[in-house]
Amino acid sequence: MSGWLRQHRQALGAALAKLAAQKSAALLNALVIGIALSLPAGGYALLASLQGAAQRIALDPQISVFLRPEAKRPEAEALGARLKGDARVREARFVTREEALRQLQAAEGLAEVVAALGRNPLPDAWIVRARATEPAALEALAAEIGKWDAVAHVQVDSAWARRLGALARTARLAIGLLAALLAFGLVAITFNTIRLQILTQRAEIEISSLIGATEAFIRRPFFYLGALQGLAGGVLALAILWASLAALNLGVRELAESYGSAFRLAFLEPGDALAMVAFSGGLGWLGAYMSVSRYLREMQPL
Amino acid sequence: MISFSGVAKRYPGGQEALKGVSFSIEPGELAFVAGHSGAGKTTLLKLIPAIERPSAGAVLVNGQNVGALKRAAVPYLRRNLGLVFQDQKLLYDRSVYDNVMLPLAFSGLATREAARRARAALDKVGLLARERANPIQLSGGEQQRLAIARAVVNRPSILIADEPTANLDADAANAILEIFLAFHQVGVTVLIATHDEALIGRYARRVLRLAQGRLAA
Repeated sequence: MSGWLRQHRQALGAALAKLAAQKSAALLNALVIGIALSLPAGGYALLASLQGAAQRIALDPQISVFLRPEAKRPEAEALGARLKGDARVREARFVTREEALRQLQAAEGLAEVVAALGRNPLPDAWIVRARATEPAALEALAAEIGKWDAVAHVQVDSAWARRLGALARTARLAIGLLAALLAFGLVAITFNTIRLQILTQRAEIEISSLIGATEAFIRRPFFYLGALQGLAGGVLALAILWASLAALNLGVRELAESYGSAFRLAFLEPGDALAMVAFSGGLGWLGAYMSVSRYLREMQPL
Repeated sequence: MISFSGVAKRYPGGQEALKGVSFSIEPGELAFVAGHSGAGKTTLLKLIPAIERPSAGAVLVNGQNVGALKRAAVPYLRRNLGLVFQDQKLLYDRSVYDNVMLPLAFSGLATREAARRARAALDKVGLLARERANPIQLSGGEQQRLAIARAVVNRPSILIADEPTANLDADAANAILEIFLAFHQVGVTVLIATHDEALIGRYARRVLRLAQGRLAA
């Protein structure tokens, strides 16, 4: 084995021994980092799950064309023929006001409400699927249909997808800000831990330097210590996130099944999870680097 | 070989510890640096491993001007020197054995060879039986011997000791001196600072006598 590799192995061994010697303190540090990191990671996982659902809606956008309540059946059929004749329309399905009411009555908890209404307040409607899927084209089409005879109101599902998209972008920005703040916090935590470690090892550092240890040799174990602490924090954050999502999914499953959906909050992708642990380790290393640069230089007897 | 020519050392604040010091020590020589406390003995010794840098003049160690060494080169200079400090600088959070292993950790030696050398060094100073002990359990003389074992474990060609017999009774002090003599006899250059005139008198060796920072003839 080369001397260089042996020195790194020694430094890693020294760092692991330090962690083992201070198990509870090391665990608490990793826990603080883990909890801090699990917040943006959790936000990211929730957002990814919701965006997945939003994309499924947006992929199959519907335009609901509601007729005026007073419109007669021939008018509705004329509108249908015009819709079906339009090149931009892939499919148009007629939903009578009676059918719409039956669907509403079938919905959970709404039967009593419908019964209380006495008469059917719903209009006839055409459910249109367009050939285009991009929101701008859909909205242009909807606006045009809205001006046709007998049409009272046109609603585009993609508007919701678009709003959801804007909301997701805002949420993503918020999560990014949170992650950046907590990354600073993580660096500060490591900075301070390494500072304390340097102070407790003051004698060893001073003596090592006096009898011929290079700066790199003295610094190395602290870098490993910081990186290991960050890695441990990252792994703990994943564990916290996994347990939290599992607990949340108990509730989500029930809710989704009542809507006939198999929607679940998904854990991070393996690549994302790995990247997060690596990022955490890197931040630990950075904190250690800053601390070591700041405190070792002023201590060395040169 | 150690050579000082016109060396002065002025500490920040204006205190002049050494003034115009010139001398030369041949390879394999044993010499004492004598003088009262405050005469500049410790400063003189600290210039050799570049713990302090001279304000003027040149300090040569094995032909190398150590006063002009780059910071990054200093560790390699120190590895070739055996240093015994006035306050010993032992680590009390580890065993006698681990104290001696410390300088071997950064020399990149294989573990087995390092262990062999550490035990050989402890054996030379008569502490092999105490390798599992903590330095705090050792007597003053034993602690000093441990400091010597750590200094020689890298097999330096030059051994420098600052007041190695301070606070020791005459028997313990003699035992320490005998160890230095043994290294001197196998060709190691030895430089010992002491204020103990009786000790210097017992061993008729070259003496560099310092008084108020100047070398007396």
